[in-house]
Amino acid sequence: MARHVVVVGASLAGLRAVEALRRRGHEGSITLIGDEAHPPYDRPPLSKQVLCGAWAPERVPFRQKEGYDPLNVDVRTGVRATSLERFDNRVALSEGGPISFDGLVIATGAGPRTLPGASDLSGVFVLRTLDDALALKGALVPGARVVVVGAGFIGLEVASACRSLGLPVTAVELAEVPLSSTLGERMGRAIMSLHADHGVEFCTGVGVQELQGEGCVEAVLLSDGRTLAADVVVLGIGVRPNVGWLEGSGVEVEDGVVCDETCATSRPNVVAAGDVASFYNPRFGIRQRVEHWTNAGEMADAAVRRLLEGPEVEPYAPVPYFWSDQYDVKIQFAGHVQPGDDFLMLDGAPGERKLVAVYGREGRLTGAVTWNRPPKLIALRRAIGQGGLLSDVKEA
Amino acid sequence: MKIVVDFDLCQSHGLCTQAAPELFEIRDDGFLYILNEEPGEAMRDKLDRAARECPTGAITVDG
Repeated sequence: MARHVVVVGASLAGLRAVEALRRRGHEGSITLIGDEAHPPYDRPPLSKQVLCGAWAPERVPFRQKEGYDPLNVDVRTGVRATSLERFDNRVALSEGGPISFDGLVIATGAGPRTLPGASDLSGVFVLRTLDDALALKGALVPGARVVVVGAGFIGLEVASACRSLGLPVTAVELAEVPLSSTLGERMGRAIMSLHADHGVEFCTGVGVQELQGEGCVEAVLLSDGRTLAADVVVLGIGVRPNVGWLEGSGVEVEDGVVCDETCATSRPNVVAAGDVASFYNPRFGIRQRVEHWTNAGEMADAAVRRLLEGPEVEPYAPVPYFWSDQYDVKIQFAGHVQPGDDFLMLDGAPGERKLVAVYGREGRLTGAVTWNRPPKLIALRRAIGQGGLLSDVKEA
Repeated sequence: MKIVVDFDLCQSHGLCTQAAPELFEIRDDGFLYILNEEPGEAMRDKLDRAARECPTGAITVDG
């Protein structure tokens, strides 16, 4: 069993890895390295309760200080891993000497993409960290005109929060229909309507040419020549896995850290979990990188099992799950949908704010989405995991 | 061993009903029900898993 395990990345996957190490009987030492100043905290509330002001930031940490005592872990916040040595089991840090390991968990997550010139203008925000959320919240003053660039889940949750604060919001999206690549065109249109009903303006099928302003942002110039006046611009244009520190380390990287179906990387005793990991999922026969809360925790546990028990562990074959809260609708999704999958509305309708719909390919269930129908979603997630057929749920 | 659910935090995601269907159920009214508040030790792993997977951290295990 590995004596000293280093976990790089102190968010959900990193913390869950530490917890799993202890739960699964690791008796050696553990060091948890995180580049943020804060100990591990929960990110989903950032774009919801924290942004709306319903929650004070003190509510987001997973554990209070004394909560780390039973884990017997050396938590080092505000410290960045700068490189992994090629021929030595050692990680170099931004502060203090390099740290040796017998086992390494890579959980460095992903960081938001940005636009050229964005960092030169105040009033332009991304939303990934607690500090990001508090900075954005501070800018959402009465009357502020908000432009959300990228109508994905983060962008639309921000739109939802801003509308609840009464601010005018325009969402700009490169695709003709938001979320169509994740949820298909029909569900994308339904979600777009939900936002339109709440007063969000959309500019779809158009990109951003330039962010304009002197010192602070004043307008967004679109690629079709239109200009949107803006006091606050929020960029929700996706993330990049944080893998820069692994360059030259011998850990194979391609859109994230490449893992097999047991979370093992190309280097022995090095595993990966969470947003940074590009893993082979035997359930769907594809390689995927999943940027969602549930996967971070489940995969961290699987990665630790691999570290402690070796290559014979059962494969990690999740049915990915995520949710998004927008206005009074809880959208839940399970599965993995690809373009061209069949789509079938089983029950309800977007207008009722309650629905159950499934996706399928060659007769087999590939995904399910619900609005405000949690019990149905969980039943369908189970069915997808069991290789269920579309014909079995049609009557549901 | 006692199950404690903070119903102010619970948002009925329902992941606990998948991890431990013997202990949790979400009914058609959309609310979570605990089927057995004091399960035997044999349920500990499933219950721990349910607590861990709860997206709102609403479940704790007392004892």
